[in-house]
Amino acid sequence: MNLDTQLIWHNDFTTTSFDAVIIPGGFSFGDHLRAGIIAASSPATEIVRRMANDGKPVLGICNGFQILIEAGLLPGALLRNSSLKFVCKWMKLHIRNNDSAFTCKFEKESEARMPIAHNEGRFFAEEDVLNRLEAEDSIVMTYADENPTGTSRGITAVTNKDRNVVGMMPHPERASDLALGGTDGLKVFESMVEWARC
Amino acid sequence: MVNQTFPIEIIISNKPQARDPEGETITRDLMHKAGYDCVKDVRTGKLLSAKIEAQNEEEAKSKVLAMCNDLRLYNPIAHTITIRARN
Repeated sequence: MNLDTQLIWHNDFTTTSFDAVIIPGGFSFGDHLRAGIIAASSPATEIVRRMANDGKPVLGICNGFQILIEAGLLPGALLRNSSLKFVCKWMKLHIRNNDSAFTCKFEKESEARMPIAHNEGRFFAEEDVLNRLEAEDSIVMTYADENPTGTSRGITAVTNKDRNVVGMMPHPERASDLALGGTDGLKVFESMVEWARC
Repeated sequence: MVNQTFPIEIIISNKPQARDPEGETITRDLMHKAGYDCVKDVRTGKLLSAKIEAQNEEEAKSKVLAMCNDLRLYNPIAHTITIRARN
């Protein structure tokens, strides 16, 4: 895609000068206490918060989504999968909202295939919060068929009110090459480029 | 007044509206299968057992509550917390 990117260790992430930031998946701080909660208090997250408040595209993938939720940049909670198992499989996704920094290149109401791989990815919020998220059009992606982790209303990606911060449990980077099994994930990054240009 | 150390427990649990599949598994696959029909419902939680320096027990509990809110020790969307003194 010809982008100038840098892979930066969190302790070295001290500048807000980048055009966009992606927090990848993993097991930051061993998922101790709750996935993402300790990383949410790290200085690097404060840099992310400032970029988010500046309207720059911020994407959290899997553990990154957990971190953005625990940092208060995205709504809801991510609990342990209802099956109590680590679920690792390709999923059919429904792109509900193409009005965000990471989905603007998708057709609204289209479908995409990307893999999930997590143990604590059950998106949860109480009914009144879910209704508010629906009303605000904050739900970006849902599972199209099965819901193997028991998320509320099949939700697997959400965005903030300004639409520049997105968190998603599926891994678009693992769906960006035919050799890996699919390329639907590429549109997530193409969207980011488009959004950053505007 | 001199500060003392108080043993305080923090219990973090899912809100009632959130399913607790670990609790369901323990109830169904362990307890009921072994004949303990008297168990109607089990909810799991995470226990943090802390020693808190404070002037009295009430102050210890209120320091802990403030810390839990400040650090998001629990996610207010999904969790309830109970703070109690351990006797």
